[in-house]
Amino acid sequence: MKIDLGNWQVAGNATCDCIPLAIEARGIVKRFDGFTAVDGIDITVPEGSIYGILGPNGAGKTTTLRMLLGIIDPDEGLRRVLGAERPHDVAHAIGYLPEERGLYPAMKAYEAIGFVGALRGLPLAEGCQRGRDLLDEHGLGFAADRQIRQLSKGMAQQVQLLGTLVHEPRLVVFDEPFSGLDAINQGRLERMIRALAEKGTTVIFSTHVIAHAERLCDEVAIIAGGKVPFAGPVDVARDRIRPQVRLETRENDGLWRKALPDDVRHEGNFWFFSLPESGVEPLLRALIEGEAGILSLSIERAGLHDAFVAIAGEAAAQALEDDKLEERK
Amino acid sequence: MTSGRLSTLAAAMVIARRDFGAILFSRSFFFFLLGPLFPVIIGAMAGGVGQHVQQSTERPELGIAMQGEQVDAMLAAHQTMSGQLGNVLPKLVVIERLEPNQSFDAKAELAARKGNIAAVFSGTLSRPVMTGTVGQIEQWRGPMSMLAARALSDSPKSYPEVALVSTAASTAASERRGQLLTAQAAQTLLFLLTMLLAGMVLSNLVEEKANKIIEILAAAIPMDAVFFGKLFAMLAISLVGIAVWGLTFGGVLLAAGSIGFGLTAPAVGWPIFVALGIVYFAMAYLLLGSVFLSIGSMATTVREVQTISMPVTMMQLMVFFLASYAMTQPGSPVEMVAVAFPFSSPFAMMARAAQDGTLWTHAAALAWQGLCVVIFVRTGARLSRTRVMKSGPAHDKGTKRSLFSRLRPA
Repeated sequence: MKIDLGNWQVAGNATCDCIPLAIEARGIVKRFDGFTAVDGIDITVPEGSIYGILGPNGAGKTTTLRMLLGIIDPDEGLRRVLGAERPHDVAHAIGYLPEERGLYPAMKAYEAIGFVGALRGLPLAEGCQRGRDLLDEHGLGFAADRQIRQLSKGMAQQVQLLGTLVHEPRLVVFDEPFSGLDAINQGRLERMIRALAEKGTTVIFSTHVIAHAERLCDEVAIIAGGKVPFAGPVDVARDRIRPQVRLETRENDGLWRKALPDDVRHEGNFWFFSLPESGVEPLLRALIEGEAGILSLSIERAGLHDAFVAIAGEAAAQALEDDKLEERK
Repeated sequence: MTSGRLSTLAAAMVIARRDFGAILFSRSFFFFLLGPLFPVIIGAMAGGVGQHVQQSTERPELGIAMQGEQVDAMLAAHQTMSGQLGNVLPKLVVIERLEPNQSFDAKAELAARKGNIAAVFSGTLSRPVMTGTVGQIEQWRGPMSMLAARALSDSPKSYPEVALVSTAASTAASERRGQLLTAQAAQTLLFLLTMLLAGMVLSNLVEEKANKIIEILAAAIPMDAVFFGKLFAMLAISLVGIAVWGLTFGGVLLAAGSIGFGLTAPAVGWPIFVALGIVYFAMAYLLLGSVFLSIGSMATTVREVQTISMPVTMMQLMVFFLASYAMTQPGSPVEMVAVAFPFSSPFAMMARAAQDGTLWTHAAALAWQGLCVVIFVRTGARLSRTRVMKSGPAHDKGTKRSLFSRLRPA
């Protein structure tokens, strides 16, 4: 394994503005049989934040998470999780919900939660008791003594989610947590993630659904083709592209059109374009003097989707859409 | 939050406890307990059928074609000597009492395939001729010569009874032979048990992969701990099985008053031999189980498991043969190889315990086998982590190409 110490922050738990980091990864690379799944990505996740890894299927999200959790080791680069270079050393402080959900079918629901807790260092008896309590709290107390195979898919998913949290981890990692959930359970999960963050737990999750990341995340890493073209606060990502102007005019032609920027898109009476660097005033002046007949004008800050398209490219954005469609099918 | 990280041993115990409980209360364990009954039942059935077939088969007979008085003399001699020679003498059937100077074609008589006659005794008592297949006439040559001699002359008229005195203690030769048999029995038992269990651990891991639990385990604890936990659980299960079988068969044998199967006492004595048997069984199982676990972790389907485990099973069979062969040549280079090669070592050392009373060699062998178990488990866990836990392109999963690419060194 090649180890590059060049960019490593020795402080580890502090960025330049002294925010403690739950995760810090520098230049991590993973290859499988000559295929580079993850190609030198950098990620820093502040403690207590909700962090999203956003990208289409096959972009390298799961491989990245697996490296951060110590399930596999990177071929190059360095990672530090909760201050430890070996993630298994802090496994007791981490909760993980993999994309492919799995539980022992013959186990009872409370036992399954207790078992996952025991894997993270919680005494089995205590884990089982907490399992019963958690099931009660989440309205599943009636299913505590049922075998996993007797539960519905949604209930089994909830049991696994509770198992992820039973040992009260400092860092929770979800791989595609919204995948396979209906709208009601997606909403519940979003509320649970916010509640965890409010208690100071760091939550990191991967998703190919921009809306979840946009609603929940403080920071995101946009990943495409195994690379991270952007990692940072969601607002910074949105600011990567200029605000979008939507103009409605009565007239379709006139001298005023020369004031519109080159990237303008015309649909009926509507004009769409990025706000020019000179601002809105010169544009308004030209429209009024040219008698364009302004019917409406709105200036909107770019959404994460637009930011994603601008950062990762049209192909990656299309792949995201395809993944969503595929999931709906 | 919990207080601290689990040690590898503690993590392995979490896995072992879960697996042990799950298997112990499963239907498969019930069938596992019944497993040894099947060979016993089949053996008993085969034995019964064989005995029935043997009983149904008539003993080959020897036809006599001689002059009348000579036939009578032969029959009288047969009656007299059958008390001493028993089944060594063939059953005699008179084909024809010949007149003086009457000729007889024995070959034609046999070609006619009458009755159950395997050969024909003709000629005269002083110059008898036996006609038949080479194997048959060679077998009867000696007894029939004696019978003809007895028919020809009355002396001796009686045969003294030979008193039989058996020695209480075995001779050096019989003891060595007996210990060899003990070694062979122990090796065979060890081999059968090991093969039965290693297959179970393999299917256990494949099932776990199918249930998608392996990733949760791998994220929480080192894969070494997962592997060790699974091996320990299955070992504990096997010890429960052995205890059940041991008590059952021991009880049956005790009731029948034939404990020990009539085997010669091993060189190290029965108590140490039994203890070593359990320890070597554990080692043989852990060694083979660690290889099977590595296979199970690399395979994505049951078919893949079957594809790769077949050569390993064949290899284990060869290893068993090596240990069996080495057993007959203690101290030879072949035996040293069998002792040093990890997979054959438990079998070879078991045979050594039967034939050689030295104990320190067992301590050394167990240390070596233990080290090999650790190395194999760690290698298997590493293979599993580096080659299996990947989420590459979908087309790369589960194909033969990917399977063999996983087998390439990391």
